Amino acid sequence: MKTPIIAAGLVTLASVANAQDTLTVYTYDSFVSEWGPGPVIEENFEARCGCDLEFVAVGDGAEILSRLRLEGERTEADVVLGIDENLAEAARATALFAPHGIESPQLDLPIAWEDDLFLPFDWGYFAFVYDKTRVETPPTSFEELADSDLSVVIQDPRSSTPGLGLVLWVKAVFGDDADAYWESLNDQVVTVTKGWSEAYGMFLEGEADMVLSYTTSPAYHLIAEDDDTKAAAAFDNGHYMQIEIAGKVASTDTPELADQFMDFILTDGFQGAIPTTNWMYPAKMPADGLPEGFETLHEPENALVYLGAEAEAIRNEAIEEWRAVSSQ
Amino acid sequence: MARGVLAVTRTTGAGAAALALVLLLAFGTLIAVALRAEGAGAFGVADWAALRFTVVQATLSAALSVALAVPVGRALARRQFRGRAALVMLLGAPFILPVIVAVFGLISVFGRSGLVSQALLAFGFEPISIYGFHGVVLAHVFFNLPLATRLVLQGWLAIPAERFRLAASLGFTSHDIAQQLERPMLREVLPGAFLVIFLLCLTSFAVALALGGGPRATTIELAIYQAFRLDFDLGKAALLALVQFALGAAVALVALRVALPSGFGAGLDRAVTRWDANTPALRALDAMLITLATLFLVLPLAMIAVDGLPALATLPSSVFTATARSVGVALVSVLLTLALALPIAAWSVKAASKLIDGIGSLTIAASPLVIGTGLFIILFPVTDPFALALPVTALVNALMSLPFALRALVPALGQVEADYGRLAGSLGMTGMARLRLLWLPRLRRPLGFTMGLSAALSMGDLGVIALFASPDTPTLPLQIYRLLSAYRMDDAAGAALVLLAISLALFWAFDRGGRVNADA
Repeated sequence: MKTPIIAAGLVTLASVANAQDTLTVYTYDSFVSEWGPGPVIEENFEARCGCDLEFVAVGDGAEILSRLRLEGERTEADVVLGIDENLAEAARATALFAPHGIESPQLDLPIAWEDDLFLPFDWGYFAFVYDKTRVETPPTSFEELADSDLSVVIQDPRSSTPGLGLVLWVKAVFGDDADAYWESLNDQVVTVTKGWSEAYGMFLEGEADMVLSYTTSPAYHLIAEDDDTKAAAAFDNGHYMQIEIAGKVASTDTPELADQFMDFILTDGFQGAIPTTNWMYPAKMPADGLPEGFETLHEPENALVYLGAEAEAIRNEAIEEWRAVSSQ
Repeated sequence: MARGVLAVTRTTGAGAAALALVLLLAFGTLIAVALRAEGAGAFGVADWAALRFTVVQATLSAALSVALAVPVGRALARRQFRGRAALVMLLGAPFILPVIVAVFGLISVFGRSGLVSQALLAFGFEPISIYGFHGVVLAHVFFNLPLATRLVLQGWLAIPAERFRLAASLGFTSHDIAQQLERPMLREVLPGAFLVIFLLCLTSFAVALALGGGPRATTIELAIYQAFRLDFDLGKAALLALVQFALGAAVALVALRVALPSGFGAGLDRAVTRWDANTPALRALDAMLITLATLFLVLPLAMIAVDGLPALATLPSSVFTATARSVGVALVSVLLTLALALPIAAWSVKAASKLIDGIGSLTIAASPLVIGTGLFIILFPVTDPFALALPVTALVNALMSLPFALRALVPALGQVEADYGRLAGSLGMTGMARLRLLWLPRLRRPLGFTMGLSAALSMGDLGVIALFASPDTPTLPLQIYRLLSAYRMDDAAGAALVLLAISLALFWAFDRGGRVNADA
């Protein structure tokens, strides 16, 4: 009985000692936007750490990793939030991360997750989102999409985790014929944006019929805007899964604070904000469950995912294949 | 000749030091890049595509600009109308117009929700998209049509008015005049104009960054940035940088053989009387051409004002900190430009050597991204390059302004030395005294122009800063690019208006400051 009390006391002491400390967290653009999870999570965490939590937006998810490699051990980052399972091996290979230190974390993911470095904080399925008032019969497969004359906007897999997800999704569905598929889709791609925010913005402005996003994106329009005109096209090829992960940077100058933040990720103060601010499924279901409206979303029966070394082995080849075809 | 030995070495020494620094930055960085490129992977399919895109878009942009400039330049040359002087002056504006501001204006006119698309929709047509190849070419024509028009106009006005008078008295038709007078002139002017514009489009980065449609519309400069920022592949970035340099150098070598026209010609303020062109049909044609060209230039700029004004009151504070940062970079860049240009100009005049300012002008073909990549490779093992983002930007911007500074300063300084050099020499006025008492007062006008140009160019630069910027220290152009990508159009419009106003104000203030109380 005594140990938790002493531990709690130590934590309190530590947070007093760290009163002026700043925890720097690198993340992607939409995470820190005023309608994203950043502000809520910052408030919730600062209330308990007595520190200053500073989010730094570094573009889209994949750019976070490039940024970290460019900065190396000189980086200011203490924690990185928002790379995904497809980049986990590449991130591990940089040797810039330290173990998250949480033993057998309790997760509500549809698949088993074991990783001593990276901790999932949310997950979802990639999907093409469209406007029901403009697209009456959405495609039900990749093949139908390529046969249609719908315009799409996608993200660059080198800078964006959804962009990378799509490249791996196509690879998972078409295997060696992936480049042929890209060729058949090529003339429908209006543009390739650097990140998800840009692409989704273009879609909302009417620059394309469909945008690569998530099955959960329509929930944003439904819940936050009371608008049921957006939907995700259900593909019978299956949907690729994204697991967004966080990691503690080994060179951090505030390791205790970083550990405290890693612990915080799976609590309700973090997870409760995810569904209605990041519009993803929480990695650990908060006590209140999912908000009303999520039950209307498409839940793919066939989830696709490459994990660990497999994703890393395929990634570069898949990106080069895509780049070669789409540069023509 | 009473010049002391000490003074001679001082001029030579300072000039040589400045020139050495320029060479070090232009070629030292290239060596760093070349060493680094050794271990790079192969030049892939997508890299070839970037090379092809770069050359094709530059060719088409230059060809279109020059081809359109011929009728517009002819119309301006043979018509006198109210506002003509203002229009000719406006043709010089795109040169100091920040690229990202122009891109914003072009999106408001030619984008999916822009004026043209709305008009098309009203008539039942599909809206147009500005992203991709045609968007890049459109933006390049927007920037370079005015330059080409000025060059062509100069050619026209260089034909002595007496020839047209003679032609009229001989009963020449417009066709005869075209054959006898105009075509020979165009044959001389157009190749140079084409090459200058081709060279400018070759190193285009910001346009492709903002309007390129992914891998299909990637210039080599953009590919360098991507290899660097997205793939963290310094080897690939270095390899691409070498290709970019080779391309620029090849074109520059060709350009050396063709007489390059100067963009700052005087005497564009008069029209030639053309008896042959005084028909209603030709008058209507010229009126239409001038109107269309004016609209093409003015509409995007007007849209920035229209969209930007309402947003000014609610601009996020990040825009103002970015503005302060940019003004700081611009002012430092002005000082660095002078610190490089004056010694080089002085040495060039003293040694009476064209070669010296020729070498100093080499950076016109250099790529800021290549220099940036090189500096990054050199700095990375020693210190945190990101912490030096702003100083590096100011330095590279100064380097980019140097050719224009030398073009303005060298002839002016030569004149000053020819007029007053012997007197100053006999008075033993050397070193700082000569600089303070003779050069600076006598060079006020070209100095003001140089400082204004360098401030405006640096203020609007979106090149090397994109490589070096930290997320939390953007300059104003970079911040506008980020707002544009995040589709925060209102804020982007307001910020673009701020950038436009400050760039023009800086140019005006320096240029005007140089003219006040200065003798012609």
